[in-house]
Amino acid sequence: MTWDDLGPADSGDESLGMAASFRPVPGGAAAYFESAQAGVIRSLVSQIAELVSADSTAAEVAESGERGDALEAELGLSTHAEPPEDPVLARLLPDGYKENPEASAEFRRYTEESLRTAKVVSAQTVLASLPSTGGEVRLSEMECQQWLRALNDVRLALSVRLGITDENEDLSEHLTADDPRSAYVWVYQWLAYLQDSLIEALT
Amino acid sequence: MSVAPAEVTRAETSEEALVGRPWLTIVWNDPVNLMDYVTYVFQRVFGYPKPKAEKLMLDVHHRGKAVVSSGTREAMERDAETLHGYGLWATVSHDS
Repeated sequence: MTWDDLGPADSGDESLGMAASFRPVPGGAAAYFESAQAGVIRSLVSQIAELVSADSTAAEVAESGERGDALEAELGLSTHAEPPEDPVLARLLPDGYKENPEASAEFRRYTEESLRTAKVVSAQTVLASLPSTGGEVRLSEMECQQWLRALNDVRLALSVRLGITDENEDLSEHLTADDPRSAYVWVYQWLAYLQDSLIEALT
Repeated sequence: MSVAPAEVTRAETSEEALVGRPWLTIVWNDPVNLMDYVTYVFQRVFGYPKPKAEKLMLDVHHRGKAVVSSGTREAMERDAETLHGYGLWATVSHDS
């Protein structure tokens, strides 16, 4: 499954039940997730991890076996100079300069690989702390930081696929009922609620 | 001793004018990032007190962008990279 092909969500409002939210606990935050909720988060977070690691320099080097690229990968440099063609990736790995392709290319060369790695680490933290069966999840302060970023990455990715360009737009009117993406509107809004509850628990 | 051509003199003058003009990190508005989240990120990344972080967030929200830090080019690139890690849309600029 790719971000180009968002199929119908397995779980609508009903099976996701009450929207899970975080609450503060000593040393971090905690939340209870139904298995359907855990499944949705795990699926979306896994897709982000796959997407940002799929065409990374390290992965390309492994395929091509070119030595020059291998050295760059070892140094943590990216061979990418152009913004990603995939609009989701382009949003997750944005240009560092506005209207300055040369400076952006140089910025990308030095930052993109570590940015990709950081996003994979955040995704892995969520996957490691959220059992697929759901249940009580208790996060340390550091894990909360990774969760915040991972949830945000998922929301950014969903927003691109859902075509969200205006924060005041009524999402339910944006997509027709028979659009398979419409199920994700609810997921998008729920993740905003979940992310907000995590920020509130931390502050 | 020769007299420098006028063009070179002008170039040096404008280069001097650049010295001391800091580089900037700019955060742009987007329809996805939550207001509370943006405020939280500014507090965490820059150590800004909440009122300042909130004011910057509102500037981004209402004016479309805000300068969130200034300094050397290298430092601003680090800030932009950190903000990209949080999913904010940040760019480095030398314009005011």
